[in-house]
Amino acid sequence: MSVLVYTESEKGKFKKAAFEVASYAKAVADLLNTTVTAISVNAEGADQLGTYGVTKVLKVSNSSIENFNVDTYASIVAQAAQHETAQIVIVSSSADSRYLAPVLAVKLNAGYASNVVAVPTSTAPLTVKRTAFTNKAFAHTELTTNNKIIGLSNNSFGLVENPIAAQVEEFNVDLPVSNITVKSVDKAANKVTIADAEVVVSGGRGLKGPENWGLIEDLAEVLGAATACSKPVSDLGWRPHSEHVGQTGKPVATNLYIAIGISGAIQHLAGINASKVKVVINTDPEAPFFKAADYGIVGDAFEVVPKLTQKLKEFKAQNA
Amino acid sequence: MKILVCISHVPDTTSKINFTEGDTKFDTNGVQFVINPNDEFGLTRAMWFKEKQGATVDVVNVGGPETEPTLRKALAIGADSAIRVNMPATDGFAVAQQLASVAKDGAYDLIIAGRESIDYNGGMVPGMMAAMLGKAFVTNCVGLEIEGNTATAVREIDGGKETVTATLPLVIGGQKGLVEESDLKIPNMRGIMMARQKPLKVVEPVDVNNASATNKFEKPAPRGAVKLIDADNIDELINLLHNEAKVL
Ligand SMILES: Cc1cc2nc3c(=O)[nH]c(=O)nc-3n(C[C@H](O)[C@H](O)[C@H](O)COP(=O)(O)OP(=O)(O)OC[C@H]3O[C@@H](n4cnc5c(N)ncnc54)[C@H](O)[C@@H]3O)c2cc1C
Ligand SMILES: Nc1ncnc2c1ncn2[C@@H]1O[C@H](COP(=O)(O)O)[C@@H](O)[C@H]1O
Repeated sequence: MSVLVYTESEKGKFKKAAFEVASYAKAVADLLNTTVTAISVNAEGADQLGTYGVTKVLKVSNSSIENFNVDTYASIVAQAAQHETAQIVIVSSSADSRYLAPVLAVKLNAGYASNVVAVPTSTAPLTVKRTAFTNKAFAHTELTTNNKIIGLSNNSFGLVENPIAAQVEEFNVDLPVSNITVKSVDKAANKVTIADAEVVVSGGRGLKGPENWGLIEDLAEVLGAATACSKPVSDLGWRPHSEHVGQTGKPVATNLYIAIGISGAIQHLAGINASKVKVVINTDPEAPFFKAADYGIVGDAFEVVPKLTQKLKEFKAQNA
Repeated sequence: MKILVCISHVPDTTSKINFTEGDTKFDTNGVQFVINPNDEFGLTRAMWFKEKQGATVDVVNVGGPETEPTLRKALAIGADSAIRVNMPATDGFAVAQQLASVAKDGAYDLIIAGRESIDYNGGMVPGMMAAMLGKAFVTNCVGLEIEGNTATAVREIDGGKETVTATLPLVIGGQKGLVEESDLKIPNMRGIMMARQKPLKVVEPVDVNNASATNKFEKPAPRGAVKLIDADNIDELINLLHNEAKVL
């Protein structure tokens, strides 16, 4: 009856989100007086999960499932849940996990709560706090089924160490046939993604044109940040759609969000509000973003941002 | 080709969110309801299949009578007929079961839903429906072509895109990219007139079981005022981010 956590990896290495869901799973297991079992696919270094309180790792190794496939992976997690008689499964908020969770829910006949931001407020019935109305509010949701899936919102719990020696078990699975065939994957190498980033640097229409995006990229590089943009910027084709954040774009829940030349329309703020610290740089002191930010500079991006980038370089060099 | 587009009826993106009855219910007072933006992209793509490939397009919503204007809008945009399953939509699992039942009865080749709804943001109904139907499912879909019995879909993944193929029938979780913002149609007078004549069928729900209950809502705590830093004092910003906010 352990708590099962699906720990994602990429090219054999666990993602940071895997350690976060493991930390969270440990907190949930403590509430229920049980232990955490992790399921991993083609990942090395299972012992790392022990650092975050995982007692047992079910390790699936199979070169025929290098690419994520929703049917295959949901089936693997379901088999692990059955093997462990786990009634609670925890997943992250990555694109793949959000894809997998509802399919898994049907396989396990489980209720699923997504965008969960804290440890359950009650275990019987299991009640969780989740964001709703694209971050404009929270909902307290009870899962009324025997089996339950919790989707943890990224960066909402953080990493919590609870070192233990994880026991690793090779796990053999039956692979279902899937009707979906992956033809190609097109992924920028070595680029921090919005979903995984701890810092996001975002530009709006105030930057005047795509030719000025060097400003955003230089700042992002010093911070190890992902780049993002407001909706009109992607609609105008200045930046790819995949960078559009907000209510109708990607949600952002980072530690630090820096908005440059973005007015702060309600739809933009709704999507980024879950970020912990927000900084705005805008020429207009009346821009709504100043009401939503923690720190603000009233100033011209073309003057302020290069200076900020330079100063941060110096700061990073000193604090390296 | 028979297409079903699932339409979620949601508060307009500019809505202020408030709750009533001791924070147990969403306050619809003064709120304008619209087709969920992700569904509007899907519906527009369905219109393209109708025009270019002769598809028929039905739309469906699970909800009370108050959602009918939203379904009429979808008809005005060009859908052929609408179905409303007469049940309040309070639980994703139950909604998915209703939609699966409608989808099964209609023997659709393609079911287009949205990546997520912007009200309860479950991001769960389409995947659950697909799994209940035992059909292939692609979400975060930003491109979709159909040739004969084969669909080629582009899925947004973290940090990039993935192209997949699947044989129909297929369930899609769509979003912007399926069509561009500029392709979205505002219903014209003729569309609105025609929509009045199109069938809007109300069906009673099948027996289903709920998997969740939302008992209470909460608004985020009011935030403190922004700290303004002089544009000539960048060091102060770095200092605050490092020592106060502890994010550097
Ligand atoms: C249904 C719907 C859904 C939407 N969803 C989203 C969404 O998901 N995400 C989203 O972002 N938007 C969304 N929007 C759009 C939103 O309403 C705003 O139009 C948009 O966010 C504005 O983008 P912006 O701030 O980049 O541009 P603008 O509003 O044009 O703001 C530009 C800002 O830059 C400032 N500026 C100008 N020059 C400089 C300079 N030199 N230095 C510094 N600052 C400067 C200006 O003072 C201004 O505040 C949606 C709208 C609708 C109707
Ligand atoms: N009540 C409903 N009626 C019809 N379709 C719905 C309903 N709720 C959700 N959907 C569909 O499922 C998608 C995702 O919704 P959700 O899982 O609630 O985030 C929406 O974009 C719709 O296409």
